[in-house]
Amino acid sequence: MNAPVKTPEERKAELQGMGDSRLRKEDARFIQGKGQYCDDIKLPGMLHMDIVRSPVAHGRIKKINKDPAMAIPGVHAVLTADDLKPLNLHWMPTLAGDVAAVLADEKVHFQMQEVAIVIADDRYIAADAVEAVEVEYEELSVVIDPYKALEPDAPVLREDLAGKTEGAHGPRDHHNHIFTWEAGDKSAADDAFANAPVTVSQHMHYPRVHPCPLETCGCVASFDPVKGELTTWMTSQAPHVVRTVVSMLSGVPESKVRIISPDIGGGFGNKVGVYPGYVCAIVSSIVLGRPVKWSEDRMENISTTAFARDYHMDGHLAATEDGKILGLKVDVVADHGAFDACADPTKFPAGLFHICSGSYDIPAAHCSVKGVYTNKAPGGVAYRCSFRVTEAVYLIERMVDVLAQKLDMDKAEIRRKNFIRKEQFPYTSAFGFEYDSGDYHTALEKVLDAVDYDALRAEQEQKRSDPNCPTLMGIGLVTFTEIVGAGPSKICDILGVGMFDSCEIRIHPTGSAIARMGTITQGQGHQTTYAQIIASELGIPSEVIQVEEGDTSTAPYGLGTYGSRSTPVAGAAIAMAARKIHAKAKKIAAHLLEVAEGDLDWEIDRFKVRGNDEQFKTMADIAWAAYNQPPEGLEPGLEAVHYYDPPNFTYPFGIYLCVVDIDKGTGESSIRRFYALDDCGTRINPMIIDGQIHGGLTEGFAVAMGQQMPFDEQGNLMGNTLMDYFLPTAVETPTWETDYTVTPSPHHPIGAKGVAESPHVGSIPTFTSAVVDAFSHLGVTHIDMPHTAYRIWKKLKEEGVQL
Amino acid sequence: MAKQIVKMNLNGQEIEQLVDSRTLLVHFLREQMNLTGAHIGCETSHCGACTVDIDGESVKACTHLAVQCDGCEVKTVEGLADGGILHAVQEAFYEEHGLQCGYCTPGMLMTSYRFLQNNPNPTEDEIRVGLSGNLCRCTGYQNIVKAVKSAAVKLQQKESATA
Repeated sequence: MNAPVKTPEERKAELQGMGDSRLRKEDARFIQGKGQYCDDIKLPGMLHMDIVRSPVAHGRIKKINKDPAMAIPGVHAVLTADDLKPLNLHWMPTLAGDVAAVLADEKVHFQMQEVAIVIADDRYIAADAVEAVEVEYEELSVVIDPYKALEPDAPVLREDLAGKTEGAHGPRDHHNHIFTWEAGDKSAADDAFANAPVTVSQHMHYPRVHPCPLETCGCVASFDPVKGELTTWMTSQAPHVVRTVVSMLSGVPESKVRIISPDIGGGFGNKVGVYPGYVCAIVSSIVLGRPVKWSEDRMENISTTAFARDYHMDGHLAATEDGKILGLKVDVVADHGAFDACADPTKFPAGLFHICSGSYDIPAAHCSVKGVYTNKAPGGVAYRCSFRVTEAVYLIERMVDVLAQKLDMDKAEIRRKNFIRKEQFPYTSAFGFEYDSGDYHTALEKVLDAVDYDALRAEQEQKRSDPNCPTLMGIGLVTFTEIVGAGPSKICDILGVGMFDSCEIRIHPTGSAIARMGTITQGQGHQTTYAQIIASELGIPSEVIQVEEGDTSTAPYGLGTYGSRSTPVAGAAIAMAARKIHAKAKKIAAHLLEVAEGDLDWEIDRFKVRGNDEQFKTMADIAWAAYNQPPEGLEPGLEAVHYYDPPNFTYPFGIYLCVVDIDKGTGESSIRRFYALDDCGTRINPMIIDGQIHGGLTEGFAVAMGQQMPFDEQGNLMGNTLMDYFLPTAVETPTWETDYTVTPSPHHPIGAKGVAESPHVGSIPTFTSAVVDAFSHLGVTHIDMPHTAYRIWKKLKEEGVQL
Repeated sequence: MAKQIVKMNLNGQEIEQLVDSRTLLVHFLREQMNLTGAHIGCETSHCGACTVDIDGESVKACTHLAVQCDGCEVKTVEGLADGGILHAVQEAFYEEHGLQCGYCTPGMLMTSYRFLQNNPNPTEDEIRVGLSGNLCRCTGYQNIVKAVKSAAVKLQQKESATA
C-alpha cells in the first residue's frame, strides 16, 4: 500500500524550518555531561601552566627569583618577559592599535598583571610553583580615576609610549591620553543648543563591569615539533581571527595553525580578545614540545580578562517647550585601563557609540569620546552587546527621561513625539547611520496596552499621596534601537580583516547535509537555528543537517560570534550559500523532469512542473542525481560557499517596561513586573528567542542592580570573586514577560536582525528609569548604577524619605 | 604528596583509587576518572557547576576533598540516566529549553535531582530557593524553573504508574 500523500502543511512542519520552536540539537550532550569544553581536553604528556601575578597596581619589577619554584619536583619551566624577549613575544598588538605586555616588561601597570608563568606536571604543582616565585616590586603612584589621570602632573603610566604624540586614533595631548574620537556635526549641534528654548544636562557613570561567563578562559596548546604544526583548543568567540594573530605573532604559517573553539561555557564578550594566558601557553608548548593547558580561575577571570563599560558621560539635550528634541551633545571620558585593548572594529575606537541618538528623530547631534589610561586591567569588550551600544542606549534613554521630567511630560508621551516615524525608514541619523526598518509607535502602544500603563500611573499617584505606604513605586520605560551585525567591510574590520562572515554547505548524495560557519555558538543554539534556515531554503529536514563551527581547519574563514553578528551576518551567508545550491538544484530538476527551468515552481521541499502536481523532484531526489546523473556540462556534486559582506548593519528595537517597588525602610527593591517587547525582524526559533531574551534581561538586571568592579586608591580590585561580584540566583531574578512585533530588515536575505543582546542593552536603562521614577516626585533626575539596596537606602536618607 | 587509597561507589560501580590527599573531588572526577560532566566555575562553592550527589545530598565537588568520599556513594551527571533512558530532569531540561551554553547544566540537573526527591511537589518559590546554590548566566532561570516543575510532574506520573 502506498504511503498517504502528505499535505504541504505536513511537509513544511516536517522540515522544522524557520519559525519552528524546534528543540535544541545541542542539548543531548549537555544534559548527559558529554559536552566538550576546553578544560575537559586531556592530551598525552600534557603539562599545566599557571601565572604569577602582580599584587601591586603600579610598580617596577626589581628582581624575579625563579629558583625556589624551579626546585619543586614536577616544575618544568618558569618564564618571564626576559625569556620572551628573544622571541619578540613579550609584547603583543591589541585589537585597538595599541600594544599590551604579554608578561610584565620591567613594570606592572595593574593589579594581577601577568608577571611570570610556570609550567608543571599538574595544576597543583603549578599552583605551588606560582607561590614559590619571588618577585620584588618598587611601588609607584597609582591612578584609578580617569579624570585625575589627565591632570598635568599625573603619574606617567605608559613609559613605553614616551614622546609618542600620535596614537592609533589620532593625536595624544597628554601622557595618559589614548585618543579623542568624535562623530556628528559639532557646529550644527552647537547651533541647535544656542537657539533652543529648553536644554537639559546630566552627568552619569556607567560602571566598570565584567561579563563573567560561567566558564572562565583557557586553552590547550599543542605544538608538534616534527610536523611544525600548532593546534590550540581555546575558549574563543573568534577562532579564525585568533589563528591569524597567532600566525603573525609566532611566525608559524597560518596553514599550520589550527584553532579549535570547542563547546564554550558562555562568552558575552569575555572570549573575544587574545589574552597573555593564551599566548604564554602557546609559547610554552612550542618551547617544551609538549601540550600545555591553561585554565583561568575566577579571580583571574574577573580581574584581568575583559572588563566592559566604564564610561563617564555628560549628556545634553536641546528641545522645544513642548518636548521636540532639537539637538544632542555627548562628552565621554572612557577608562580603558593600562593598555588599549578594546575589542572594536579598527576604525571605531569608541565602537558604535554614535548610535546614541537612539530611536529618535534628532536633527543635530555630536559626540566626543576621550580614551584614558589608568592602572586597571585592559579590556573594554562588548558585554552582551554590539560595540559600546549599551552605553549609547543608556545615555539617550536616560537623557530623554531627564528632559521629560524637566518639561513635566510623561515619558511615553515624549517618546511618541520624538520617535522616527515608520514612513521615515530607511532613516539616516544625524550621525550618519542608515536605520533599516522600524515601527516604534505600534510597538510602544502594544506594551502600554498590555500593562495598562494609565492604571499603573494612577496607582503610583495614589501611593505617593499615601504617607503610610511602605514603598516607593517606580515605572521604567525604555524604547531602544540597537545597531548590530558588524559589519560592512568598507567601514568595519578587525586587524585589517573585513567583518564578513561565511558559510559552506554540502548536500550529501542521500539528501542529508553538513554546514560549516565562521561563527561559534556559546549557548545561542546555532546548531539548531542555522539548520532551520537551510531547511526552509532547501527543503531538507533540520534533523538531517549537521552544523559545525569553531574549527579553523574545517570551517570557512569568519569573524566570529559577538555583537549579535551571527544571524545578521553568518545567517545571511547561510541563506546565500543555500540559494546557490537551490539554483543548481533547479538545473538538475529541469534536466530530470525534461522541462525548462522556467517551467518549474519551488514548493517547500521540491521543484514541481508548473500546473502538474504529480511531476516533481524533491531535494533528496536532486541530491542523488547531483552525484549520479548531473546534466551535461554541469559539474557533479551539490555544495556551495558564500562569504557575506553585509551592505548595512541591522537595527533591532524593543520597548521595555518595568515596575519596581522600593522598600522605604531598607532600600530593597522588588521588580514587580518586567514586560519586554522585542522586534528582531524575522524570527527563526521563537523558543530560542525567548530563552535568549530571558538570559539577556537577567544579565541586564545583574548590571543595573548589582554589578561593579570597585577599586581602592591603591588599585586593589575589591570585588573579584563570586562572593562580591553580583551574579543573580534564581531567587533574586524576576519573572520575565516577553512579547514581539515583526519588522523584517529589508536588506537581509531572510529579514532577520539578531536578538540575543537586545534584552541586555534595553533592560539596563529600564531598571534605572524605574528606580529614578520612584524618586522623581522628589526632583531626582538620575541615580547612578548599581542600584543596590545600600545605595538606594542612602538615597532614601538623602532625600529625607520617611517610613 | 601523601597518597591514600579511596574506595567509593561511583555511579553504581565500586571503585578503588590512589589519590593525593589534597586532591579536590572535582579534579579527581574530571582528571582521574575522566568524568568531565561536573564543571569548575568558581572554586569557592558559589556557582554550583560542580554539584554532585554524595550519600543523598547535593555537594559542591570543588570544595570537597576526594578522600572525604571514602566509603561514600557518589553520583554524577554521567550516572543520572538509567541504561540509556534519560532521567526525568534531563528530559524536562531538554523539553523546556532549560539550558543554553550547557556549562551549569550538570550541576543544575544534580541539584534538581536531589531537590525533587526531598520535595516532590514544589511551588515555584520553593524551586527558586532550591536552585539558589547554582548559578546560570544564560537562561535567566525561567525555563529552568519550568523544567523542574515539569520534571516533578513526570516523576509523580512515573511513581503512580509503578505504584
